[in-house]
This record gives sequence, C-alpha cells and structure tokens, in this order.
Amino acid sequence: MSLNVFLQHCLTGISLGGAYALIAIGYTMVYGILRLINFAHGEIFMIAGYFMIFATANFGWAVGIPVTLIATVVLGVVVERLAYKPLREAPRMSIMISAIGVSYLLQNLTTYLFTALPKPYPEIPILKQIYNIGGLSASLVTFITPILTIILVFILVYIINHTKIGMAMRAVSKDFETSRLMGIKINKVISTTFVIGSALAAVGSILYFTDRMSVTPFSGTLPGLKCFVAAVIGGIGSVPGAVVGGFIIGICETMMIALGYSTFSDAFTFVLLIIMLLFRPTGIFGEKTIDKV
Amino acid sequence: MSENLLEIKDLYVSYGGIKAVKGINIEVPKGEIVTLIGANGAGKSTTLRTIAGLVKAESGSIMFKGEELIGVETNDVVSKGITLVPEGRRVFPDLTVLENLKIGAYMRTDNLDADIKWIYELFPRLEERSWQLAGTLSGGEQQMLAVGRALMSKPELIMMDEPSLGLAPIVVQGIFDIIKEINNQGVTILLIEQNANMALKAAHRGYVMETGSITMQGKGVDLLNDESVKAAYLGKKK
Repeated sequence: MSLNVFLQHCLTGISLGGAYALIAIGYTMVYGILRLINFAHGEIFMIAGYFMIFATANFGWAVGIPVTLIATVVLGVVVERLAYKPLREAPRMSIMISAIGVSYLLQNLTTYLFTALPKPYPEIPILKQIYNIGGLSASLVTFITPILTIILVFILVYIINHTKIGMAMRAVSKDFETSRLMGIKINKVISTTFVIGSALAAVGSILYFTDRMSVTPFSGTLPGLKCFVAAVIGGIGSVPGAVVGGFIIGICETMMIALGYSTFSDAFTFVLLIIMLLFRPTGIFGEKTIDKV
Repeated sequence: MSENLLEIKDLYVSYGGIKAVKGINIEVPKGEIVTLIGANGAGKSTTLRTIAGLVKAESGSIMFKGEELIGVETNDVVSKGITLVPEGRRVFPDLTVLENLKIGAYMRTDNLDADIKWIYELFPRLEERSWQLAGTLSGGEQQMLAVGRALMSKPELIMMDEPSLGLAPIVVQGIFDIIKEINNQGVTILLIEQNANMALKAAHRGYVMETGSITMQGKGVDLLNDESVKAAYLGKKK
C-alpha cells in the first residue's frame, strides 16, 4: 500500500469516524443523565434518513436539512416523553427494556410504512463534488464530516461547561434529588439532553447516508450498535470519550476493509469492545465509580 | 406571638408501605430557629422531605405564608422561598465550589455577585477554594458549601437535615455558630439534629419526635432541662 493510498484510507476512516462520533455522543449523554442505554438511538438515526428523503422530495435539500433536524429532535423528545419519562421511578432494567421495545417498534413501523426496500437517499450536489487536496481525492462530504464533528463537539463542550443549562446537566447527571432541591426542573434538563443527542444524530445521519446513497429500516441497527461500542470504548458518560471512540471505530473499520478483511470489519469492532471491557471496563475517559457509603 | 411562617397540621406520610409520619403538628414562627430532635427512623427526615415536595404526603396540610405546599413540585417549593440542606451534604462533587454556589441560585435571574461575596464573607474558607472541585473538600467544608448553596436561593426558610453528622466537634460548633448568624440575618431555620444538646441550645423552640409522632414540644431551654429528654437524648441519668 503506497503512502497516498494509506492516507486516502485514513481520510475515509476519519470521515466515517466523525459520523460515528456524532451518534455516539447521543448514547453517552443520555447514559450520563439517565444511566440508560438508549437502544432506540440507532433507529432515530435511521428515521432521520427517511425524514431527509421526504423533506428533500418536497422542499429541496436546502430546506430539507433544517426540516430533518427539527423532525428528528421532535421524535427524540417524544420517545423520551412517552417511553422513558413514565418509568422514571421504575427500576433501571424496566426503562432499558422499554428502550429495546421502542427500537423494534420504530424499526417495524418504518418497515410497515415505507417497506423494507432501500429508498434512494437524496443527493446534495455540493457535498458530492469531488475535491483534490494534496493528492487525496474525495467528495466534499468526506472532508467536511470530521471538521463539522470537531466544531459541533467544541460547541457542545462549551455548552456543558460554561452555560447554566450545561451546569444543570452536570448536576442532574450526578444527583437527581439534590438537583430538584436547587429548583432545577429535571424533566426540562432531560429533554434538552435528548434534543442535543437527536440533533447530532440527524447531522450524523445526513453525513453518513450521503456517502451510502440508500436507507432501509435496518440501516440504523449496525451503525447504532457500533456507535454504542464507540461510546463504551471512549468511556460511556464522557463526551470527549465518545468522540475519540467514534474515530477509533471508524478508522479501524475502514482499515480492515482496506486490508481486504471486509468480511471481518464488523466483527473486529466487537472484538475491540470485548478487549476493552476485559482490560479497561470504564473506557478510555471513563469515570471511576467510587461508591461512598 | 409572632406569625407562623410554616404550619404543619395533622400530617401523615407513608414511605414504602411504612407509616413514617403519623399526624404531626409543627409550627415554625418567622425569624426563629426550630429544631426537631429524635432517634434514627423517627420520621424527621421524611417530614423535611415532605415539606420540600420530594415525598408525597398522605393527608394533612403544610401551610407556608398561608399557601398550601402539599402537591406542589419541588422546584416550585424552592421558588416560594424554602430550601433544604440535605442529609449528608450532597454537594455536587464534579462542580467547582463557585459552580455549586451558582447552582444554588438556579431559579434566580438577577445578578449573583453580591450574594456570592456575602457567602464568602460567611465562609472565608470557601473563597480560598473557589475553583476547587467540591468533591475534594473536607466534610466540614462541604457542609459549609451545602449551607452556602442553600442560602444562594435567598430563602425565607432553611431546613437543615443533620448538619453536624460525621463532623468533628470543633467543626460542629462552627456550623452552629453559622446557623445562629444566618438566623440573626433574618432567615427562619428548621433544624433536624441527633445532637440534641447543641440543637436545643441554639433553638428557640423544639419538638421531640418518636416513631412518627411528636411526643413533646416547648422552648429549647425547657426541653434541655426536661428530665425525660435528658435521659433519652442527652445521655444524662435521671
């Protein structure tokens, strides 16, 4: 493999990793606040793909993008309100099973509504234009994805660390009851978390599907699982961790394919997960949980 | 007789199938320190948590400035001017000292600088550690922070759940000095304590709670000298 080809694969990997990172943030933030693995997140990502198809068909892609973002955010918040909020006082296992239920519900609902046949994803001409930078040639979306990811992550980290709602999110993630005693409306903070997670999943969805050209009701399953793995590898609960995990998974997957092991690329992702759980179960940036009595 | 800021009438609370509070009556006059003493499991914490809206009452009434608090959500209770310093301090360990103070004022939209300065005057130790994460503070400092955080919401009534728990005697004295100081500045205080001696000395009025009921009440000094209270809670022989 020449250096140029290697770099070309790196670029593809980083780009895929960027999209994974955006989705992984949704897992990690919801886990951070609710201690819930939101299994429906991959389906939200998939449905964002359908939203984009229908929005673009009706309004063109320029209006289609904001419509997709808003619709995905609404879907994410509605899922939280209907399936998770009523179980706030229930054991954690119940809410997790509810999440699995929502995941299958959304998957089957889309199959019922749109059939399981792949629907062509709209082409955004600007994003598909091929650019040539330093001997590397790729469509604009490949160059833009990692940059956009980094920008969004910086904005998100700023919100979490330097705004009032961010402070409330950090407080709620540690202690529900004391947060309520501060006058914080827990449900508002949780909804905000779902708004952010779903919006990032929508952006990730646009970047991911633009490269893949079609959506099926099952398009969310494997990316969803991989992004969950990314969040675990980075240390679930940590936003920078999810980003690093996303890039690691994206790059590893692309390299496996480049080396000719495309059959094993998905398996490799999960081998990584097992290795991580064996040797560092809290992940790269994971918080050490000290249970004080 | 000063007017009552808080009036609890015939309050019943069940907690996980157990009747934790069985028809208690408590009056907290404006500007006073009222203490609720009693053994573990007497229902003291449950009473405070019910006032704060964290636990649902079964029946009875809790009037604050003439308004019913039963059925009111915690964040609305806080905005009415009541705050609870929870048992075990419960500062946010990953937030800095300054952020902990700011989050205490979460409901407020006005400028906080003057009040942060006031807290730092009350607790100079906190100012030195302003940028430290609250989890790195000592127990006594965390208690100061928990009280300072509660004051940031500008409450009319502060409820404190065992502020002396697990602290060295010299630190406990400091906490009680602060409680009196805050009270002198016009804040009404409802205090739960197992350290009955300290609490009754500081309080204007005291209630003794046993297995969900009030068994005795009176002025702090009177309870302090009462033979049965002495025997049960102050460790002195009759």
